[in-house]
Amino acid sequence: MSTTNGLIGKSVKRVEDKRFITGHGNYTDDIVLPRQTYASFVRSQYAHARIVSIDISAAKVMPGVIAIFTGADVAEVNGVPCGWQVNFKNGSIMKEPKHPLLVADKVRHVGDAVAVVIAESKEEATDAAEAVNVEYEELPCVVDASKAVKPGAPLVHNDVPNNVCFDWALGNPIEEVNAAMSNAAHVTTLDFINQRLVPNAIEPRSYNSSYDEANDKYTLYTSSQNPHLIRLLMCAFVLGLPEHKVRVVSPDVGGGFGSKIFHYTEEALLTWATKKVRRPIKWTAERSESFLLDAHGRDHITKAEMGFDKEGKIVALRIKTFANLGAYLSTFGSCVPTYLHGTLVQGLYTTPKINIDVTAVFTHTTAVDAYRGAGRPEATYLLERLIDLAALEMNMDPAALRFKNFIPPFDGVIQPGYQTQVALQYDSGNYEGVLKKGLEMLGYENIRKAQKESAKNGKLLGVGFSTYIEACGIAPSAVVGSLGARAGLFEVGQVRVQPTGKVSVYTGAHSHGQGHETTFAQVVADKLGISMDDVEIVHGDSESVAFGMGTYGSRSLAVGGSAIVKSIEKIIEKGKKIAAHKLEASADDIEFISGKFTVKGTDKSVGFGDVALTAYVPHVYPKDLEPGLDFSSFYDPANFTYPFGCHIAVVEVDKETGKVTLKRFIAVDDVGNVINPMIVEGQIHGGVVQGIGQALFEGAEYDDNGQLTNASYMDYCMPRADDFPMFETGSQVTPCPHNPLGVKGAGEAGTIGSTPAVVNAVIDALWSGGHKVKDIRMPLTSERVWRAMQS
Amino acid sequence: MIPASFDYKKVKTVAEALTALSGDSKILAGGHSLIPAMKLRLNRPSKLVDITGIGELKGIKEENGELVIGAATTHAAIAASKIIKDKLPFFAEGASQIGDLQVRNHGTIGGSLAHADPAADWTALVLAADADIEVLGSAGKRKIKSTDFFTGLFSTSLKDGEIITAVRIPVPPDGTKTTYQKFSQPASRFAIVGCAVMRFANGKTNIAFTGVGENAFRDNEAENAVAGNAIDEASINRAMNTSLKNVTVMGDHFASQEYRRHLAKVYLKKALQAVA
Repeated sequence: MSTTNGLIGKSVKRVEDKRFITGHGNYTDDIVLPRQTYASFVRSQYAHARIVSIDISAAKVMPGVIAIFTGADVAEVNGVPCGWQVNFKNGSIMKEPKHPLLVADKVRHVGDAVAVVIAESKEEATDAAEAVNVEYEELPCVVDASKAVKPGAPLVHNDVPNNVCFDWALGNPIEEVNAAMSNAAHVTTLDFINQRLVPNAIEPRSYNSSYDEANDKYTLYTSSQNPHLIRLLMCAFVLGLPEHKVRVVSPDVGGGFGSKIFHYTEEALLTWATKKVRRPIKWTAERSESFLLDAHGRDHITKAEMGFDKEGKIVALRIKTFANLGAYLSTFGSCVPTYLHGTLVQGLYTTPKINIDVTAVFTHTTAVDAYRGAGRPEATYLLERLIDLAALEMNMDPAALRFKNFIPPFDGVIQPGYQTQVALQYDSGNYEGVLKKGLEMLGYENIRKAQKESAKNGKLLGVGFSTYIEACGIAPSAVVGSLGARAGLFEVGQVRVQPTGKVSVYTGAHSHGQGHETTFAQVVADKLGISMDDVEIVHGDSESVAFGMGTYGSRSLAVGGSAIVKSIEKIIEKGKKIAAHKLEASADDIEFISGKFTVKGTDKSVGFGDVALTAYVPHVYPKDLEPGLDFSSFYDPANFTYPFGCHIAVVEVDKETGKVTLKRFIAVDDVGNVINPMIVEGQIHGGVVQGIGQALFEGAEYDDNGQLTNASYMDYCMPRADDFPMFETGSQVTPCPHNPLGVKGAGEAGTIGSTPAVVNAVIDALWSGGHKVKDIRMPLTSERVWRAMQS
Repeated sequence: MIPASFDYKKVKTVAEALTALSGDSKILAGGHSLIPAMKLRLNRPSKLVDITGIGELKGIKEENGELVIGAATTHAAIAASKIIKDKLPFFAEGASQIGDLQVRNHGTIGGSLAHADPAADWTALVLAADADIEVLGSAGKRKIKSTDFFTGLFSTSLKDGEIITAVRIPVPPDGTKTTYQKFSQPASRFAIVGCAVMRFANGKTNIAFTGVGENAFRDNEAENAVAGNAIDEASINRAMNTSLKNVTVMGDHFASQEYRRHLAKVYLKKALQAVA
């Protein structure tokens, strides 16, 4: 199938932006149903407390109150499930305590819901929720994963000993790694915290549930990244409802970053309650609820050691991590620190012996799950921090040390994929290429000269590198199934050619900012040789899209786009038969180029529109062919895709205050083939900002009482435009060898690559000033950097 | 984020405002601190008296040797004012660094002073400018010296039922130099340390800090260290050494007491260098 009109690869402006920019988006909170009611939750102020009593008598008689439900009312209803089973090292199944829709016995984190009030208005619901009187007996709590496993620590779930959900290891046998490590000429060791982050999508989570009694049918509008998955989990695991009686719609969604993948208790509770009250119920999180309830990201406490031989070749890598899961297992909470983290610690290097050991721990904090990058930023952070630090310790150049250790280039076609020590097989890569390009853009030698100069002016200049790899295009179902996934991870793409030749595409991927309506339309219009105006992309409604697994893990184009391409192939194949009949030729002699079916070697042709019309008005038509031009395909990828790149940060540290100023940021990303360079660049920019947000600004801070002390924008520092220089982006293209578009995914690359580059740059700056510190805890606030210079 | 129920009255004159104020009512003078607190139900006044529509409380003029800034004048208006830029440049400098654009367009100098946030910018600026705070209450008009105005954490010497009507600043004589040096809290952009300095041609030097202690204050020891002397390395060092003598420095997760004390001295140095 040849590219026919050059739309693939063009920076087409986003078609969805008109409605977003002019305020005409349709978000869940915009939807008001007839006889709408509103929910407000009664939430725990305590991190850990026994519920002694709940008195709803005053609240029940307040104006506008329709119903109040407590934990006792949903005691028989299942909790929300975890979508990925991880086993203990000894083979037993991970601990899966119930995550109830409302808590009846004890609260396990600040924000845990004990009751819901449903009222005629939001105001009345809020007032009545405040009037619900809950008596608690406060219990001791634990927020730190490494402390939660100690004997005598308060238990989050009484039946989970030592708060350990599971322990897990991957890689070479630990004895082999220990042996290699003890023979190493140099070992770089880093004890550090990869701090907890709050996802902060601009649209708070919002749900609107309704029940149609006459047809016994439910509808749930949800601000989700994957409406079909929500329907599957909610129907099959929580409420026991037949799927065909439940419609789930995710209309416009304002950002997710992972936090809107998961099936949250409020979705199931509202769906359960709407039948009880026979009225639609809406709930939209307040921003403080978003801080306390949207699953957080990261929160690893890690010790990592990298061993080198005399020449600087890495000989071993040993990692021990405590992963904080929060109070409950979120939908993918178990797979993030394991199969999305441990599998990536080979990085870009030929390290022959690797062992990673992870203990996943419950604490009295908000659940932790996938957040942009999900496990891969944590893997990249530890690797890239180790290698830059090793270069400083061994007095080697950090770029040279990487060149020495890179896996050599391979295209995955002629040269085979690269088998890592930690389960994955990389598809294609040219790792030295991106670093070479990054160094050119940087002007490396001049920067090192400038570094020496700057110390004279009270400033310390530093350069930090990060060469990363990620696994995207999630995921081959059989592979993830064998690793514990409880769902397939294929995607669905239906292409319906209308009688007039206009095309409707139904995709199971979901756009919540990614621009699928543009990118997918470019692919379809290009492949069919038609105008983008003639293509519409439909997503987010279980009633119109057959099935779907949604959007996360940089999978939409690699998996969802491939499903659409498969359907287009079927359309063209059938179109050839229709055209052949019209042109009185054999289908084998028809070629499809630039929107026309042509008899090879002749000027006899028929247009795509004519073929479409004939398919629906089949008066003159092949005998054994069905009418219509409408195909659906499921695409299950053969492998993950492996984007990679090189990020370089240049920072300046003020010696007096410790303030870090980011002077330059270079990102060279290889995301395979690119459909829309502008959208890819936008994804990289956004990702880089989020990654640098972790390095310099963001971090959830729990105190010893389990209170999230910075749960507002007054205290939780989000990165802002004036914190950044103009980004310098470059690209390299190593196509994915195993999907039809050759694409790898770009949604998370920026977040994965950027964080360690910035921290490395600050460490480099400090070493240049004689402060030989190994680590500064993220975010690198001015005070932390200043303190590092005092020691 | 739904506040508890309250009454709302928008008034057109100060007299009307005084009548409207009663019990636990609150004045709405921009609302960028009050409304968020109400939405979190941390503050629940029974009534809001909105004074932002009172014409006589807005604007900036020069009158009998004083610059008079109406209490309901927005930060943005002060930042953009030509007369302020000419005669009191550090007020424009400080105003332009408050919060963000939305806050500056809505928040007012009177609202900020009455709220007396320990990290607000105006507090240090009015102190360094030797301003008087003009207030009106049922007992009539009075002027409070800025040095008597801030009495503690979120506390002022305003009496119940009193409204700030204006900030009055003596027009600085020719040759006066001013500066406002601020190290911002990265999330809120309030001052972790704000140092406002007014240096007169005769060497008299006013130095005020915000963000450092429970309330903004004038640092007399630092002032004495540079008063009348040339500002040079020696006098700056003396000022840094003597500053923050009897101040209990605050600490939070952005800046511990120790670091904040260090920063205050660094920003004092920057400020003195700027007016040298």
